[in-house]
Amino acid sequence: MTTHAPAPSFIRRLLSGDLPRSRILTVILIAIVVGLVVAPFLVPGARSLNTSAKILIFIALVASYDLLLGYTGIVSFAHTMFFGIGAYGIAIASTRMEPGWTALAVGTSCAILLSVILATVIGLFSLRVRAVFFAMITLAVATAFSTLMSQLSEWTGGEDGITFKMPTIFQPAYRLFEEPVLGIVINGRILSYYAILIAVVVLFLLMLRIANSPFGRVLQAIRENPFRTEAIGYRTVFYRTIASVISAVFATLAGVLMAIWLRYNGPDTTLSLEIMVDILLITVIGGMGTLYGAIVGSVVFMIAQTYLQDVMVLVSKASEHIPLVATLAHPDRWLLWLGLLFVLSIYYFPQGVVGSLRDRARGT
Amino acid sequence: MIDKGAPLLALDKVETRIGPYHILHGVDLVVPEGGATMLLGRNGAGKTTTARTVMALWRASAGTVTFGGRDITREDAPTIARLGVGYVPENMGIFSDLTVAENLRLAAISGQLDPKRLEVIFNAFPAMKRFWLGRAGTLSGGQKQMLSIARAIVEPRRLLIIDEPTKGLAPAIIANMIGVFRDLKATGVTILMIEQNFALARAIGDTVAVMEDGRIVHHGGMAELADDDALQRRLLGLSMSAHQ
Repeated sequence: MTTHAPAPSFIRRLLSGDLPRSRILTVILIAIVVGLVVAPFLVPGARSLNTSAKILIFIALVASYDLLLGYTGIVSFAHTMFFGIGAYGIAIASTRMEPGWTALAVGTSCAILLSVILATVIGLFSLRVRAVFFAMITLAVATAFSTLMSQLSEWTGGEDGITFKMPTIFQPAYRLFEEPVLGIVINGRILSYYAILIAVVVLFLLMLRIANSPFGRVLQAIRENPFRTEAIGYRTVFYRTIASVISAVFATLAGVLMAIWLRYNGPDTTLSLEIMVDILLITVIGGMGTLYGAIVGSVVFMIAQTYLQDVMVLVSKASEHIPLVATLAHPDRWLLWLGLLFVLSIYYFPQGVVGSLRDRARGT
Repeated sequence: MIDKGAPLLALDKVETRIGPYHILHGVDLVVPEGGATMLLGRNGAGKTTTARTVMALWRASAGTVTFGGRDITREDAPTIARLGVGYVPENMGIFSDLTVAENLRLAAISGQLDPKRLEVIFNAFPAMKRFWLGRAGTLSGGQKQMLSIARAIVEPRRLLIIDEPTKGLAPAIIANMIGVFRDLKATGVTILMIEQNFALARAIGDTVAVMEDGRIVHHGGMAELADDDALQRRLLGLSMSAHQ
């Protein structure tokens, strides 16, 4: 059994008392956080910076989904819809208004308002039905929304999406300093990255606060046994609806960050079913109902998705004289290996990486 | 002042159907205020369904349920709980992913735990204090049952519905439970308990109702049933004296 030195009280307060509870997990999380903070300097280049930013945005997005699936036990396929609403909010506001901070504020506010209304309506009308029907309703609503966004091409750019400008300091041509810092030019991309980093840290800590509040405990109780929770005095539909709304708002804010980072939005970027599947996979791989799982899962998934093909090119070249191995290791087969990796990870870590590490630390 | 004998809970011709099954066939039950009513009967007689119907976890398809003079037949479970009905379900109905402390805080609908009531709980169930920050899922069977009861009494209740609290527990724990239930009775709370353990039923019960095939087939004083071997055999199929 692993023993832990008590965490300083400010760390405990910052994490709302929800510590990693595993020495290995603590080390992994510290390594990830430090890695993400120094990423622009450690691994310079557009591709690695893009991967790091996507990891950050997915941490917020997946953690918001974990509030719903992991903490409340609600399976929803409409999460990308709220992600898309956030991104389209920024995209539409930035093209219809003068690009700048006002456009960002208006786009974010309108997107949050729309998400709150939609999540409330879906919640109140659908959360009374059985889980499988709720999941089907959310899938139908998300598909309808995606189609609507493609049809409203005058506003959304249709299938092609829309590109837009950001405030000056987030534009690539902007330079904060004339001279490079540690060999890196601090331009608008780097500033966008750090703005997203700060936003994700704040959002994650907020979600940790919610999950560990009395409200969060009610959600966990509902997940375990809704009837029992009703019998001690809690209206489960009310709590589920509030959880859906909170989760939707955080997903919307993740969408806002995605739009800020890409300066482009289209149906495939934020609304696709593929992204929904990715969110589900990351939640399960990281560990449902842990929030920290969103961090570990996003890193594992994004790195695998981005660099697996590169690894396979090397393996394929090294094994070009071995017929079957070379065929299997061909970079075009990367999705096969990615799928296999996920099957194995779920088989060996049914509680997800974080859940398994915590169980191991507890000695269970 | 508790008016002993006035009905706190009354079921009048209550019928309950679960899917295609017709479980309760017109249950008439009166639970007097301030005492302990034992609901006895063979497995499958409808005892748990009666408790769940009172809590609105199953809906009564006919008849009325009255609590403290108020018709609660169409109320939902949270409303009934907030009227002062504590429910201890069978099979140790705890939230296993939460800690002991979180389980109790969750049951304190007013928000805060009352230190005096907590002290009473710790005196009755010292294990709750010992495993305060431990996950409820890691407790033993007896401790889980203690937590389930502690959760129901963490705030003042007018009625406690307790479903088979001694199921699967060791005799030493059952003896402790009898003391706890007697202390609870002394505080004036009304208890409706489903129980198969006759020693416990006799030790605690003031009145008794016996169910068979979804109906109440006997209603009377506990002492009356306890002293009548023939009645016990007729109603329950066995004698209490054989289960001391």
